[in-house]
Amino acid sequence: MDAQTPRTFAKKDYMSDQVIRWCPGCGDYAILSQAQTVFAELQIPRENLAVISGIGCSSRFPYYVNSYGFHTIHGRAFAVATGLKVARPELSVWVATGDGDALSIGGNHFIHVCRRNVDLQIIMFNNRIYGLTKGQFSPTSEIGKKTKTSPMGSIDHPFTPAALALGADASFVARSVDIFVKEQREVLKAAAHHKGTSFVEIYQNCNIFNDGAWDQLTDKTIREERCLFLEHGKPMVFAGGKKGIRLNGLRPEVVELGEGLSAADCLVHDETDPFFGAIVARMDFPEFPVPMGVIHRKERPSYEAMVADQITTAKATGKRDLQKLLYGGETWTVK
Amino acid sequence: MKTAQSVDHVVIRFAGDSGDGMQIVGTQFTNTTALFGNDLATFPDFPAEIRAPAGTVAGVSGFQVHFASHDIFTPGDAPEALIAMNPAALKVNIADLKKGGLVIANKEKFVDREIEKAGLTSNPLEDGSLSDYRVVAVDLARNTKEAVDGLGLSLKETERCKNFYALGITYWLYSRPLEPTEKWVEAKFKEPYKEANLRALRAGYAYAETVELFHSRYEIPPMQQAPGIYRNIVGNHATALGMLVAAEKAHLPLFLGSYPITPATDILQFLASYKAFGVQTFQAEDEIAGITSAIGAAFGGALGLTTTSGPGMALKTEAMGLAVMTELPLVIVNVQRGGPSTGLPTKTEQSDLLQAIYGRNGEAPIPVVAACTPADCFEMAIEATRIAVTYMTPVILLTDGYLANGSEPWMVPNVDDIPEFPVTFRTEVEGFKAYGRDPVTLARPWVRPGTPGLEHRIGGIEKADGTGNVSYDPDNHEHMVHIRAQKVAGIKVPDLEAHGDEGGLLVVGWGSTFGAIRVAVDQARAQGVKVAHAHLKHLNPLPANTDALFRKYDRIIVPEMNLGQLVKILREKTLIDCISIPKIQGKAFKVSEILAAIQHHQVVEAK
Repeated sequence: MDAQTPRTFAKKDYMSDQVIRWCPGCGDYAILSQAQTVFAELQIPRENLAVISGIGCSSRFPYYVNSYGFHTIHGRAFAVATGLKVARPELSVWVATGDGDALSIGGNHFIHVCRRNVDLQIIMFNNRIYGLTKGQFSPTSEIGKKTKTSPMGSIDHPFTPAALALGADASFVARSVDIFVKEQREVLKAAAHHKGTSFVEIYQNCNIFNDGAWDQLTDKTIREERCLFLEHGKPMVFAGGKKGIRLNGLRPEVVELGEGLSAADCLVHDETDPFFGAIVARMDFPEFPVPMGVIHRKERPSYEAMVADQITTAKATGKRDLQKLLYGGETWTVK
Repeated sequence: MKTAQSVDHVVIRFAGDSGDGMQIVGTQFTNTTALFGNDLATFPDFPAEIRAPAGTVAGVSGFQVHFASHDIFTPGDAPEALIAMNPAALKVNIADLKKGGLVIANKEKFVDREIEKAGLTSNPLEDGSLSDYRVVAVDLARNTKEAVDGLGLSLKETERCKNFYALGITYWLYSRPLEPTEKWVEAKFKEPYKEANLRALRAGYAYAETVELFHSRYEIPPMQQAPGIYRNIVGNHATALGMLVAAEKAHLPLFLGSYPITPATDILQFLASYKAFGVQTFQAEDEIAGITSAIGAAFGGALGLTTTSGPGMALKTEAMGLAVMTELPLVIVNVQRGGPSTGLPTKTEQSDLLQAIYGRNGEAPIPVVAACTPADCFEMAIEATRIAVTYMTPVILLTDGYLANGSEPWMVPNVDDIPEFPVTFRTEVEGFKAYGRDPVTLARPWVRPGTPGLEHRIGGIEKADGTGNVSYDPDNHEHMVHIRAQKVAGIKVPDLEAHGDEGGLLVVGWGSTFGAIRVAVDQARAQGVKVAHAHLKHLNPLPANTDALFRKYDRIIVPEMNLGQLVKILREKTLIDCISIPKIQGKAFKVSEILAAIQHHQVVEAK
């Protein structure tokens, strides 16, 4: 195709010809669909899009996106994506992963990709269970969860993924839910615009092995009560404006609004402050509503850009003479 | 002044505490000797601990230099001279010294406390245990102190100059010029340390010249070398330069993903300093990220490289399978060390051969090549790359600790004379199949992401032939297993050549045993033994003529620094019963050991 020809991409252009093999009713379908919508909204040239995944149900994602894709090995997608992005900074590189892939077997790579701030979009499908291996507790499963490998209940304390990412100094941390279609799209778009590692946790329902894992938060009837939709610079209010979050010392607390307290007394969301982000990321049900949207966003130089800068600097200051390099410092000549 | 006695080769060993600067003086002696025009081979030997307790045998660090006015292939079996900085260094090394050899001992360390730390019960300088050797005890500390007097150095700083004093003594003893080290000191140190080290060096030289302690001085005339420009090089440096040139010749950017591990770390360090050549080095969080980042870069169209040693190879295993399945080019360098587990991190071994060839889950063939001398690491890095990009496959390059840290003079090649093997990425949309194949090499096409119309997905799940789509079809799987095996088996590699006689005994080696085998075979032939040497640089696939060559000989022996791993492969591939000569001590073979094996196994014809 002529590179000069203007092209536009529709959502269907990002759909591959492969039969999707997720279980009917799986939350993954919704995430795939929203991602494809976002790719089209952002008009990412299909050939410049690369989707990298590890192992697990979520990691089948690249097969269903008509772009360059790489279904790698368990837990290693972050490292593969890092190598790709460093080698090819002009590509838009996305990582599809799950709670097991990213936080268990890939935990080490996860924290290191966050601290390095490689310009990747990470979508982590969190269903709090191992699905592909048919139902064992995951690093986000709740204490007491009964599964095939925890018949008396899980005794493993779960991670809070957003807090873990912030602990590793991720520069963009956000959260959404598979069925929150519009909010999810906004978060994915924000992630794409962010230069650096963007970590997006999406609560996803595994209707076979952990059905309804998020219902207590996301069901239409209680959503407003139990989720806190974040907006930068806006006070943290929820439950249709009836409740808010206030800071009491270093701890947040839920307050009823209306009786002498108004939105003006509530904490104002500041996505740029990592100390603030740490507080928000720690808020969890049932004590608090679960924060949704962009928890933290603060640009700092991205890893692959710094790699490129160092090479540019070295090329500008050092003479590039391969023959001379082979000779090294001390040589002698035999005639 | 004494007249120098001309000899054609000498082996000397510097030994002291890890903190005594033995590696520095060894390297200085080596560089001076190389510039002087001798052929040489070196072997540094150091403990895994950075600074084991001073004065103990665990902390002894050594550096052996073999130099000659003729071609040499090994760092030498037994030193003629030992510079021992303390009793522990003497204790560890004295057994290797030739009878009648010279011991230069650092006198003030041979006191009760140090003798006890070394685990000795009496002073070897006084108890008669060194009666087979010529012993020169020098008061290095006092002499060095006098040399640097007035420079305002602390006692500790003064102490640190004594290695240069010892180096000065050896320079006089072996008629070496001082200038190369003087220049190095001037460039390396600031005042007052510059002046102090220079004074110590010159004082050592003058001391040796003045005192009557040495019975003789030696002269080792320069050798007759082939015309060209030479330098001295260690194996890890040669590997790094080889990869840099290989990327250039393939017209690819080089990406190294690596995690520091002894004895491979130097390759990462060298390449990290070549950013001006566009090299991207990624010091990963672990061994797995090292290789998987390189695989990601290869997917992006770069030359992916990962460097490690045995334990790191174990961790990279699953990812190597991914590179096999996705048929991406990748170079994996394993600088072998003693194993298993942490094993002997700073000692050499060849015990990862079977791991390299077979050590993965599933049928996962990977080509394996091995370097045979420090300078050969350069050639084999290029060869590994050529195979990787020509056949779209990961390739393992095996070196080892002995090659990695050992050095030899290298006639530096002209970069323009090294053949190119430029990579062509597929851009043609018509007829594209992600797992379509070149009819000759069976390589699949390499497509750079960013190429419109060729978007495709790859991964670790079995691929349908042609399309590369996920396939669980039983017949397709069997077919693909065969294809991957055929592709590797069909790689064109140079024929195996024998050096020496036809018929009789054949000594087959691979990797760093080259020098010791070559010298032993030549010595045996000089004694009238009918013997030849064949050295394998391609281990998978083997050269096509291997079987035919072997059948010209009556008996085959295979010296290896393992329990007979190549023997297993050779038996499997040729059905010829090769005899294993194993040595697994973390130390290279001595020429004498291989010579003894040749004599033992020689084929005596019936009269």
